[in-house]
Amino acid sequence: MSFFVGVKKAWARRPCHLLDGVVTVTEMMQTTSAPLPVETPLVRVRELRTWFPIKRGILSQTVGQVKAVDGVSFDVREGKTLGLVGESGCGKTTVGRTILRLIPRTTGTVEYRGKDFFAYQGESLRKLRRHMQIIFQDPVSSLNPRMTVGNIIGEPIQVHGIAKGGERDELVASLLQRVGLDPSFAARYPHEFSGGQRQRIGIARALSLSPDFIVCDEPVSALDVSIQSQILNLLDDLQQERKIAYLFIAHNLAVVEHFSDEVAVMYLGRIVEKASSKELYSNPKHPYTLSLLSAVPEPNPRPKKTRIVLKGEVPSPSNPPTGCAFHPRCPLTREMARGGDERDTVQITSGGEPVRVLRKCVDEFPALEQKQGEAGHVAACWVTT
Amino acid sequence: MTQKPLLQIRDLNVAFDTPRGQIRPVRDVSLDIFPGQIVALVGESGCGKSVTSLSILRLIPSPPGKVLSGKIMLDSRDLPALPEKEMRKVRGKEIAMIFQEPMTSLNPVYTIGDQIVEAVMLHQHVSTKQAYGIAEESLREVGIADPRRRLQEYPHQMSGGMRQRVVIAMALSCKPKLLIADEPTTALDVTIQAQILELLRKLQRETGMAILLITHDLGVVAENADVVAVMYASRVVEVATVEEIFDHPLHPYTQGLLRSVPRLGAAEGRLESISGAVPNPARFPSGCKFHPRCSLSRQAAASAPAEQTVEIKTVEETFRVLKICTTVEPDLREVQPGHWGACHLIENYEGSKVSLPVLNHRREVTANAVAAEREGAVVVEVLQGKEG
Repeated sequence: MSFFVGVKKAWARRPCHLLDGVVTVTEMMQTTSAPLPVETPLVRVRELRTWFPIKRGILSQTVGQVKAVDGVSFDVREGKTLGLVGESGCGKTTVGRTILRLIPRTTGTVEYRGKDFFAYQGESLRKLRRHMQIIFQDPVSSLNPRMTVGNIIGEPIQVHGIAKGGERDELVASLLQRVGLDPSFAARYPHEFSGGQRQRIGIARALSLSPDFIVCDEPVSALDVSIQSQILNLLDDLQQERKIAYLFIAHNLAVVEHFSDEVAVMYLGRIVEKASSKELYSNPKHPYTLSLLSAVPEPNPRPKKTRIVLKGEVPSPSNPPTGCAFHPRCPLTREMARGGDERDTVQITSGGEPVRVLRKCVDEFPALEQKQGEAGHVAACWVTT
Repeated sequence: MTQKPLLQIRDLNVAFDTPRGQIRPVRDVSLDIFPGQIVALVGESGCGKSVTSLSILRLIPSPPGKVLSGKIMLDSRDLPALPEKEMRKVRGKEIAMIFQEPMTSLNPVYTIGDQIVEAVMLHQHVSTKQAYGIAEESLREVGIADPRRRLQEYPHQMSGGMRQRVVIAMALSCKPKLLIADEPTTALDVTIQAQILELLRKLQRETGMAILLITHDLGVVAENADVVAVMYASRVVEVATVEEIFDHPLHPYTQGLLRSVPRLGAAEGRLESISGAVPNPARFPSGCKFHPRCSLSRQAAASAPAEQTVEIKTVEETFRVLKICTTVEPDLREVQPGHWGACHLIENYEGSKVSLPVLNHRREVTANAVAAEREGAVVVEVLQGKEG
């Protein structure tokens, strides 16, 4: 008996204890409804780190860290799109999930409308989550196969107390219509739909709580070419209508260019270059961005561009190269090391063959700095200007 | 130009029995592949491109699948009619295949060396020692550093790009005449994709083998293929040289696909898209399978007399298309010399004859890869703005 009393007491204490020193629900509701000053970004990410421990042995001792995200900073402005590109394993998905607190961060801050997002707990956090949503890559595994489409879209509406019963169903119907589906589909199950239609359902669910920030994690890469452009156009229209900001995560550079206002390129957990979309594609500064752009096959039988085929593979983030993480694959540092002073260069092994690179690239980590070109065009490279 | 085709597919029809009735993933597909040619088979998921390639090697699970009719001639042998014992000599030796996901085509419990050696010894009369030598050599050819050590490794010890190289090495170890590459780079990152395609082109030039490249990526097609066949809803709807397909696409589906791909450095604004979705093979529409999504038929219906048009209702919209598109399925006809199309609305379609697409064409320009020694210099040039 005393045990139950104890539990009950602890349970009764819990909310107050957790809310100590934390933003309250009413406070939060006020902050979100107020218009945002022009200079404050909707989402501000600073020095975000997400490390995953590597555990070994019976005692599960931590023997190392996978630095999936290692010091990432950027702003997402209201109603704008930031594109995040990079190859698999570069940490772009982890960034998106850490921002939404789906994965715990290691260090760093995320501010939403100028307030520290990591300070929110319990009920106030739950309330805040309605403003920040996510659309997943795989429209099959991200929808519960045992729930009707109506319930998938309607559940968040009900949970957040926005509407219930007939009113809820009306909202669901209007959301379905908005994403280009028939309202009668609410009674059906996900398996009855094609990939493109399922992705539309996923978008309707993300929209159901009228968010102003959506993380789009590879939203079209699982879809057929003719369907991709339909979904991209839909996302574009919704942004115009509802002033939604997107963090658009993708590996397809052409899609990102088309869709984003600003683009950040990631390599091994860090941003190596960031600029406005137009500037980045016309005037790339980082050799990795350049190689990435040149590797995209053009739908043109007489390609004009020169292709740089990078040697080697993306190194493991559990054991990244020292200095600039790109140095073992970088064609630029090799070129600069050629004919350079012996003291400034160093011999390394890359892809099984010896190459000579600049010493600075191996020893020191380059910070993001302003390069020649548009203001705000930053890149992390010792060699380019 | 009087070269004989290496592989001739003639009116291939494949069916699968399902609990809901028979479906036809490949209908009346004809295709020729000449020695040393790269033929691309392009289409979206479910269009029948993979089933076509699997039926060449008779790898379709049967039941439920079966080849209903059609010939697949390799030199002068008809593959569907070959005894299984003979067919086994064709697989791997004369026609090799690589798949999209390298992990599923490698056995996780055997070393890379064992797997390549198995294929080599099956088809070539060599000793085990010689076979290991061939395996090592083929790994070196696909650009794997330290091949002798790699032979002792297991697939899980390698990255995705490396595994795909191993699969290519295995496929090429018996020097096949034809390589079927089914989405060889779809699972890979863009920089690794560039490496693998570069490698395939290099090996193709050196060995003179032909490649049947199956992909949905129009960029990969444009930069690699000689001849392109576009498939939609289990049929080939357009065949032409790679230059023709990209410069003057005739079929509205091909046109729509090309318009809906976002391009690097292209103008801003909305993407064009093809409405609707790829039809399910169990519920194909009547007539031309593309008519529910066809913008050309809608445009034509707008100016045609009402009795020649039909109204179509989908959940999303209601529109009119030409009646003929909903009743008669168009055949593949040579609408221009060297350009085949299957659409009632292509100019000159009614006056053209039904014929088999045969195109012994080689592209003039291949993708413009920089030689390894010049690479750094090019990066410097581009970054300093000397080159566009």
